[in-house]
Amino acid sequence: MNIFDMTIHELHTALKGKQVSSVEATAAMLQRIESVEPQVGSFITVTPENALAAARAADQQIARGECHLLTGIPMAVKDIFLTEGVLTTCGSRILNNFIPPYSAASWEKLQDRGAVLLGKLNQDEFAMGSSNESSAYGTTRNPWNLAHIPGGSSGGSAAAVAARQAIATLGTDTGGSIRQPASHCGCVGLKPTYGRVSRYGVIAYASSLDQVGPLTRDVSDCAVMLEAIAGHDPKDSTSVDTPVPNYSANLKSGVKGLKIGLPKEYFIDGLDTDVQMAMDAAIETYRRLGAEFVDISLPHTDYAVATYYLIATAEASSNLARYDGVRFGHRAEADGLLDMYTKSRSEGFGVEVKRRIMLGTYALSSGYYDAYYVKAQKVRTLIMNDFISAFADVDVMLTPVAPTPAFKIGEKINDPLQMYLSDIFTIPVNLAGTCAMSLPAGFSASGLPIGLQLIGKPFGEETILRAGYAFEQATEWHTRKATI
Amino acid sequence: MKYQPVIGLEVHVQLLTDTKIFCGCSTKFGAEPNSQTCPVCLGLPGALPVLNKKVVEFAIKAGLSTNCSITPRSIFARKNYFYPDLPKGYQISQFEDPICQWGWLDIKVGEETKRIGITRIHMEEDAGKLVHGELSGPGDGSGVDLNRACTPLLEVVSEPDLRSSDEAVAYLKQLHQIVTWLGICDGNMEEGSFRCDANVSVMPVGSDKLGTRAEIKNVNSFKFVKLAIEYEIQRQIDLIEDGGTVVQETRLFDPNSGKTRSMRSKEEAHDYRYFPDPDLVPLVISEQWIERSRGELPELPEQRQQRFMAELGLPPYDAEVLTACRALADYFEAGVAAGGNAKAVGNWVMGEITRALNDSGTSIETCPVSPEQLAELLKLIDNGTISGKIAKTVFDEMWRSGKAPQAIVEEQGLIQVSDSGAIEGIIDEIIAANAGQVEEYRGGKEKVFGFFVGQVMKASKGKANPTVVNELLLNKLKG
Repeated sequence: MNIFDMTIHELHTALKGKQVSSVEATAAMLQRIESVEPQVGSFITVTPENALAAARAADQQIARGECHLLTGIPMAVKDIFLTEGVLTTCGSRILNNFIPPYSAASWEKLQDRGAVLLGKLNQDEFAMGSSNESSAYGTTRNPWNLAHIPGGSSGGSAAAVAARQAIATLGTDTGGSIRQPASHCGCVGLKPTYGRVSRYGVIAYASSLDQVGPLTRDVSDCAVMLEAIAGHDPKDSTSVDTPVPNYSANLKSGVKGLKIGLPKEYFIDGLDTDVQMAMDAAIETYRRLGAEFVDISLPHTDYAVATYYLIATAEASSNLARYDGVRFGHRAEADGLLDMYTKSRSEGFGVEVKRRIMLGTYALSSGYYDAYYVKAQKVRTLIMNDFISAFADVDVMLTPVAPTPAFKIGEKINDPLQMYLSDIFTIPVNLAGTCAMSLPAGFSASGLPIGLQLIGKPFGEETILRAGYAFEQATEWHTRKATI
Repeated sequence: MKYQPVIGLEVHVQLLTDTKIFCGCSTKFGAEPNSQTCPVCLGLPGALPVLNKKVVEFAIKAGLSTNCSITPRSIFARKNYFYPDLPKGYQISQFEDPICQWGWLDIKVGEETKRIGITRIHMEEDAGKLVHGELSGPGDGSGVDLNRACTPLLEVVSEPDLRSSDEAVAYLKQLHQIVTWLGICDGNMEEGSFRCDANVSVMPVGSDKLGTRAEIKNVNSFKFVKLAIEYEIQRQIDLIEDGGTVVQETRLFDPNSGKTRSMRSKEEAHDYRYFPDPDLVPLVISEQWIERSRGELPELPEQRQQRFMAELGLPPYDAEVLTACRALADYFEAGVAAGGNAKAVGNWVMGEITRALNDSGTSIETCPVSPEQLAELLKLIDNGTISGKIAKTVFDEMWRSGKAPQAIVEEQGLIQVSDSGAIEGIIDEIIAANAGQVEEYRGGKEKVFGFFVGQVMKASKGKANPTVVNELLLNKLKG
């Protein structure tokens, strides 16, 4: 078996049994990256020397008998995570020279357990996009079909797992940015409950929606990664101080008697036939495993996309104000302060980022604030309430991740509204602040992966992981590999 | 036409916390530029604010001491604008639901007491500062020093209840007294720890329609506040009298010229796009927390004044002077507690002690004479060991050497002579030596009596008990 095809658990067994060293595994991954990267473009930065040094340290750790599940495992993180001493661009030209002096709390936790960083993954600029086409460093391609997008904004994180360029990756999800690319690339992607994982050191897009999560080959790996990164962080006031369950230990309890809700607003007429078929098959599988289905309604779903594009852009317009050329990042040659601001930001930001800054600035402006921002917050409450009342009757919800499989590169780039609508099934979860996971549930006629979304109650990651594991055991979608 | 000025003040109070409001960096003044910074106060990508609890405690104390209601659930908001000293491109402040609301202060102007409303008190972070010229490094550019960025501030906003520059200064002084008394601010106006923006407008006397206001920025002394407001009132009146109209604008006071000048007009004003900061959760303050803070409040100046009058029998003037600051009041009370007579301790604190502090440029906190020593000195006067006059000499020596008064009196042989035998001897000598003056006195020129007292005191090196001297002299001179 190729090292690069392994899961965390498989490689861990090999490392622990000394069949392979972390240096060998890391070298194998670096070689794999080198061979497929020209086609896929998952990375913005590859850090071979750092990776091998970390692998050597991990090997020493293993030799001492300290072999955590993640020790010596080669991974990569989205370029939105600050990594001390390693270029961190967030997919933007404005950060083309930014070497952070500190690391994101979530990555630090993985590093503390001995994980090896292979490099930084491509993404939509500032996590604004659903296709990776807004990156200032080229578009990542879908490993299953290079003419298609990998999804976004954590497109590089999903593509790297699918193309076996990393054993596991970290992404962020503000409106579906982990789940949608995971769905499009046929891997497992989890967006934890808001507050479950520290946002410290993760470049903010929309602070009230952003959440860090793993992308992996299978559900067991996802559980291990979440266990490692979850937990209260005193440096993030919005992180929640609630105990982290042992997600791995409870994976195998099955779904007998589990009540799964099917929100009718997510099974709409326009749904792609292949996606619909995959959902039908998944429902059938769960029924066979003993789960019960309940028809439910999330009545305010229609307003989710509009609400999201007011709240997320409003927060972003403020979050991105610090990129002014004064202290770090791109600074344009300019004549005076205003000129420096204007030129640095005009040159540094891409089209989509500028569009969202303008939308958000407008939504917060005096005279429009009540009509847009405040109204959106009110609708957000209604959407949250939808979930609260629906969860009174069910344990989890099952929905598609995206209305269609991965579209073609260039297909929607000039139609922002169509692009925004590709996130209609993922956005409500962020607005509600709860958790959800995408897992492989089939393929389209043309061979593109289709993901299934399991939505859990707030801090109900344990339940969706258990439900996901049961599905995975009963199906073989997750074992298929992109032929690249 | 006669005009009525209307004034409201916004005061920025820099809090005396050891660390900044949203990170653990030191707030110490005067450090090497940018040496007291971290990812949070530098506004680096990914950094997040965490609220310093001490700031909340200080804000609650300020609120309770100014009769405010404490908001049970208050919100932090972002105030968005671009400036190089503002690292995040927004200032974390409070907008809707500030921590304190609806308070007031009673101020005294002349004989009158007037209640001034306090609209709100909110918490916010300070910005950094720009450094121009050579300090900024090579070249002729400007530098940014972010040591001050993220330093905690309270903004205290008054109602437009003030009607003159004197009222404004009285209000400011009282607020200054309270925040320094509470120990939440060092009150240093030169370093900007206590600074004020004034909103000034005028309207015809009798009108109830407020005029257009101008905001005067950053006035950093009581004197300048008075000058700036007076200049601005006159400027607006002149403008209206000349047929012009006051425009809403922000103005700067120039202490050199004593004038205000336009900084930016309403049209140029920022749209700050306030919205709740999603990085900070709402601040929930329980009833218990408020009560605990109330319990920790020191006795405030006003209450202490009342007590000094009622319990210690001080006249109102003395009570007011002795409560000018908390350390002075503490000193006074310690002197009384050590057995000093209240009126006498008060006189000494307001007199000799204040004079010596002023002369030497020391503060009451570091006064070399302890209140206990002062009380001891007063006891020596009371029991006749030394005269009030000698006491001043002893006091100077105490100030210089730190020695106990008793020791000084003994060492220098300053004990008062009350023994009539010893004093009689001196008097006899003086009378014998000044036959002419004796004649004058006996001839009805009673003024000469003072001459004899002086001579006796001089001969006794000031140690003779003046009462005894007077008594004996009278008898002897009568013949």
